[in-house]
Amino acid sequence: MSEPPVIELDGVYTSFRGHPVHRDLALRVDEGQIVGLLGGSGSGKTTLLREILGLHRPDAGMVRLFGVDLNEPDVQLQRNLRRRLGMLFQHGALFSALSVFDNIAFPLRELRCLDGDWIRRLVHLKLAMVGLGEGHGKLMPAELSGGMVKRVALARALALEPELLLLDEPTAGLDPDRSQNFVELIGDLQRELGLTVIMVTHDLNTLAGLATHVAVLADHHIIAYGTRAEIMTIDHPFVTGFFGADRRKLL
Amino acid sequence: MSDIPRLRVESGRVVLSGAWTLAEMLPMLESLQSALGGLPAAGQHWDLTALTRLDSAAAVLLWRTWHGAWPASLEIGEMHRQVIVRVAELPQEMPAQPVARVHLPEFVGRLLLKAAANLRGMIALFGQLLLDGNYLLSHPRDIPWREFTANVYKAGLLALPVTALVGFLIGVTISYLSALQLKSFGAELFIVNILGISIIRELGPVLVAVLVAGRSGSAMTAQIGVMRVTEEIDALSTMGVSRSIRVVLPKILGLTVAMPLLVLWTSAVALLGGMLAALLQLDLSLVYFLENLPRAVPVANLLIGLGKGFVFGFVIALVACHFGLHVKPNTESLSANTTSAVVTAITTVILADAVFAIFTRQIGVPQL
Repeated sequence: MSEPPVIELDGVYTSFRGHPVHRDLALRVDEGQIVGLLGGSGSGKTTLLREILGLHRPDAGMVRLFGVDLNEPDVQLQRNLRRRLGMLFQHGALFSALSVFDNIAFPLRELRCLDGDWIRRLVHLKLAMVGLGEGHGKLMPAELSGGMVKRVALARALALEPELLLLDEPTAGLDPDRSQNFVELIGDLQRELGLTVIMVTHDLNTLAGLATHVAVLADHHIIAYGTRAEIMTIDHPFVTGFFGADRRKLL
Repeated sequence: MSDIPRLRVESGRVVLSGAWTLAEMLPMLESLQSALGGLPAAGQHWDLTALTRLDSAAAVLLWRTWHGAWPASLEIGEMHRQVIVRVAELPQEMPAQPVARVHLPEFVGRLLLKAAANLRGMIALFGQLLLDGNYLLSHPRDIPWREFTANVYKAGLLALPVTALVGFLIGVTISYLSALQLKSFGAELFIVNILGISIIRELGPVLVAVLVAGRSGSAMTAQIGVMRVTEEIDALSTMGVSRSIRVVLPKILGLTVAMPLLVLWTSAVALLGGMLAALLQLDLSLVYFLENLPRAVPVANLLIGLGKGFVFGFVIALVACHFGLHVKPNTESLSANTTSAVVTAITTVILADAVFAIFTRQIGVPQL
């Protein structure tokens, strides 16, 4: 039995007010891959993530997660599908009215199957995973530093034990040291939990430290998709411009 | 994907197989839990080698089944052992977050302290306004005319339709109800006195104040509150722009100026509604109504009404700005402060109305 790809996009067409963002975009991500999504500002990377999440419906084309079409009308099926993915929003998108503990406990409580003790253990486990202590659980999101917001948001994204993790600029706004820690953290988690990860990033170090595969979004579609070494050989103005003289750095 | 979690119990041996993940366990969580809970406490051999996946939710479930200690004999793959090790490293006892108990005196005391703090904040804001006014007198170039006129437009002009509609309907209602009563006494002509005094002196200003508190007051609190959440207020300060002169002052002045005009407008429309209802109910001609209005209602009533509008506008804007400036950067605080702003504004307006009623009780009442 061959597993369906985790993500499969085909012929996706998106436009905003008549301006095409994606045109005939296709992408296929298999289980266990860590894909870095590259592209210039405004090339539609975040829109692509939102389409994978089902937050934005493309004008045309097909988006499949775990072999299930996002346009499938079955509500229960869609809800189960959402539980298999976790998203780290660029600015965290923590619920500002809830404490850190409640933020992470929220998706677990929503299942309405787990008892209080179970949820507490899981929340502390997730906090420990992202390197935060029990004391941090009582803080409110407004009291956290930028790096801690990202960690808590990651812990919340991991709360439901997702098989697919989407990261929007995971290291933007972190200092190089923190950013390196964060990269190692996600790498460790990926190895342990066997996640599939898609991340949007502009940071070469993040890309070099994490990604097994790279997808380049330019000219409204994925112009190249392959391992890091393969991408290096692509001759496209965006790729050469992006890596510039630092091509070696990626390898 | 579809390998469901399985539990097989043989004599003294527990064999787990399949994917023990939260997603896969959910449909059969209760039966799994009861099956695990029904096992004898010790002396089991645990075989976890057939597991395909084990996530931390399942690890917690197992760890609880084992009562927080490794079983005597256990077979498990190295990767899955790591997952359970992580759970084992957590402290055994997970105390629930203590729920803060609230005692009545404490509750009342907090409420009073909060009210006192709000009062103090509003007095401070008023003082700041006076200082700003003083500064602007000597620096007339800094007067924020554009913001001021924008606020008059938003709080005044855009409120005309809704205040007119509500005023008209209230006028019709009061006129209709009074006409029924007056008819039975044969005192139809007094409808002019009743409508004139009640609408111009009392209903017009209070009605507009309630509408404006809900419409413009809440908008002001929300706007300033969001500006605080998104740090726009801080951005203003870093550019050397005073937040009180640029944000607070135009709102308060704008509403203070717009309110008397709104009161005038609403009272006029309410009177029109009352006149039309009187025409239909009592056959009282519009000309008669208008001719007798100045005689029945001394002009002092109009001045009192406008004065009330002036004060109410100031109070609503002051309360709204105060609560807006004290929004904490989270959504809960934003909604709580907007609610407080509207409730406090309406309460304060009615309090001020009572004060007005006491101090103007000798003025403007026609002597028959």
